[in-house]
Amino acid sequence: MHDVAAHAAHHAPTSFIRKHVFSLDHKVIGKQYYGLALIAAYVGMALSWMMRIHLAWTNAAIPGLQLLSKNGAPGGVITPEYYLQLMTMHGTIMVFFVLTTAPFAAFGNFFLPIQVGAEDMPFPRFNMMSFWVTFSAFVVLIASFFVTDGPTLGGWTQYAPLNAVGSISGPGQGTGVVLWMASIGLFCVGQLLGSLNFITTTLDLRVKGMSLMRLPLSAWAWFITSCMGLTAFAVLMPACILAILDHVAGTSFFVPSGLVVSDQLVPHSGGSTLLWQHLFWFFGHPEVYIAIVPGIGIVSHILITNMRRPMLSHRVLIYSMGALAVLSYMVYGHHMFVSGMNPFSSLVFSFPTLVITIPSTIVVLMWTFSLYGSKLRINSASLFALGFISMFVSGGVSGFFLAQPSIDIMLHATYFVVGHFHLVMGVAAMFGIFGGTYFWFPKMVGRMMNETLGKVHFWFSFVGAYCIFMPFHYLGMAGNVRRYSSFVDDYLQPLIPVHQFITVAALVTGAAQLVFLYNLIHSRFYGAPAPDNPWQATSLEWSTATPPPFDNFGGKHPVVYHDPYQYGVQSSVGDYVMQASPEQVKTEDEEK
Amino acid sequence: MATTVHEPPQIDRRRSPDQKHSGNGGWRNLVPADGELRVALDYSPPPSSTGIWVVLFAITMMFAALTSALIVRKGSSLDWQGFSLPSILYFNALILIASSVTLEVARRQVATFMGGLKSQVENPALWLYITLFLGLLFVAGQYVAWLQLRAEGLYLATNPSSSFFYLLTAVHALHVLGGLGGLIYVIRKLNKSVLRRYQLVATARYWHFMGILWLYLLLLLWMKL
Repeated sequence: MHDVAAHAAHHAPTSFIRKHVFSLDHKVIGKQYYGLALIAAYVGMALSWMMRIHLAWTNAAIPGLQLLSKNGAPGGVITPEYYLQLMTMHGTIMVFFVLTTAPFAAFGNFFLPIQVGAEDMPFPRFNMMSFWVTFSAFVVLIASFFVTDGPTLGGWTQYAPLNAVGSISGPGQGTGVVLWMASIGLFCVGQLLGSLNFITTTLDLRVKGMSLMRLPLSAWAWFITSCMGLTAFAVLMPACILAILDHVAGTSFFVPSGLVVSDQLVPHSGGSTLLWQHLFWFFGHPEVYIAIVPGIGIVSHILITNMRRPMLSHRVLIYSMGALAVLSYMVYGHHMFVSGMNPFSSLVFSFPTLVITIPSTIVVLMWTFSLYGSKLRINSASLFALGFISMFVSGGVSGFFLAQPSIDIMLHATYFVVGHFHLVMGVAAMFGIFGGTYFWFPKMVGRMMNETLGKVHFWFSFVGAYCIFMPFHYLGMAGNVRRYSSFVDDYLQPLIPVHQFITVAALVTGAAQLVFLYNLIHSRFYGAPAPDNPWQATSLEWSTATPPPFDNFGGKHPVVYHDPYQYGVQSSVGDYVMQASPEQVKTEDEEK
Repeated sequence: MATTVHEPPQIDRRRSPDQKHSGNGGWRNLVPADGELRVALDYSPPPSSTGIWVVLFAITMMFAALTSALIVRKGSSLDWQGFSLPSILYFNALILIASSVTLEVARRQVATFMGGLKSQVENPALWLYITLFLGLLFVAGQYVAWLQLRAEGLYLATNPSSSFFYLLTAVHALHVLGGLGGLIYVIRKLNKSVLRRYQLVATARYWHFMGILWLYLLLLLWMKL
């Protein structure tokens, strides 16, 4: 290691505020992001429980819900409007504040600088700002529960003109929409600041010997995701500004002329409702990959460590993630097949949508063939990594159907779509977060998590997720449209028992998440002390102390001598050699 | 009468300004050699140099989105009414170009001094102050343009064309104000003799980009309004 302490004037703060609240340390910021995502995830889950109970037993009263909204849930029974409001908040919280925040901002903040060998991110103040802006965004969003009429009911996509015509279009469509737009605009600022740090960290702060191809797959995933975030959030932010102006300043970007809502003529003229969809989905589809690509990197990182051998091709996995990122911008129109846009456009968007399955399939095959014949260590992290692959494949397969306009016309806005994106984006990304938690928790807090509870958590989540989301596909094919709060039509009534089954599964699976929460909190204080390298892993985060010191490597800069995944070798420490170890070893291939 | 002689500001001479954070690996080192420690360049670009391109890319994407919104909105309905741009906007463009020139003078003065081509630094602070003044003048000029349009009865919500005019000019002016903040930061660093070369380079790149962006917006507004 090179001694760089001479000019590394990187002193740890001593005051509580600087250390734990307005910290500039990427590790503290990473933990703050994780904490935010954790709170958001349980809020989102509680909302889904309420929705599920209402869908299965429409007139059931949920005790205490009337305290949250007197008009939305009189006596605890959810009204159709309030159902939509809960659904909107569930989607928004989960997509933005959990699936984007945890795998990318939380783990990325904590581990990207360490994996590249840096002391910190290059712009720590921007990094701190990034978290607190994101936190403010969450507060603004949650605040909409407590304003008159409650949160917006327009769905997480906030389609125009509903997002711009005000409270005449329903409860929550006044202040609720403005708060939603402000929250998401703020969120964009936070993520742009984060992306700036991620990109410069990866490009400029790599330690000596750490070439781009020597970066672990998780670091590559965060880098690619930050490039996507930079492009996507920079487009969503002005779209939110336009919508707010339509809402409060009387402009007509998205509201067409002659629009009558609730028997009132809306005083706007000539706006384009499709314009919002174009701007939103240009962000929205890459957002799906912003949620899933970090998971791909994290799962690869976990699997390799537990397989004790590298992937068949490090480069192909990196190129596939890059291809996913690039193609994600060319496919967004598949969300708009039935929006009334030109049918030729549908064809144009359908083609890359089918093409994007190629890099996805390559990634899955790479995992599968690398796993084949390996002696995989079974632990909570590797189980969730396997679960991720399973969910990614199951959810991805239904994408083939939806990618084709002629089939999508029938399946659009049904539970088939809901099942598809919950599996491929929601549950898969959540499994990536869980896998990452079980894998990196020892390094983050210095204690081990309970493996038995972890495995219980996995099996309940794995079986439970399939019990919840597989029947969604069946419901969708049976014509069950989404966003209905109850099923009074004749043809939907026979499907209610399926909904009841799903609700029970959701309650049980949700309860399993409380086991995870218990494990997390209990292990934080009472877990067995973690060694520096509990998994015998090779990348740089495991070559420093547990938990890492303030400047990550204790006044030293490591030097990298090896590719990131040198497993299956014979070295002085075992079947692996760490990236920062100068020891020369022969790989399995060379020995043959 | 006593005469006070001020020392010229001292400027940090270190070539690699962000050594505190620099890993010295460098993103130019793209070729790994198997198992061997490669011959690595002992220099990586300072993050502010890369970071400013990242920022400019995000701003480009934002204005690209607004441009596409303008084109789609104009084509989607018949309610678009054009108006002639206030002539002060062209004057403002000249001011912004002039401010780029003055900033470039300051940057070059610092660069030649730090590069060892001159033993005495000239007076970059003066040129930075002039740039700051011109920048403020530009923002004031944009405000005058808005007042002129208001006097004509053109408000934000009057017509989609005026909506886009106010929006684009306001978002650009906000970014210019951000650039002015950067200039103030650089001037303070220079006065304390702790300026790093790439902080000035990054600020200059941002500022020049604001000028180019304004010329683009002016062309867009001129063509589409």
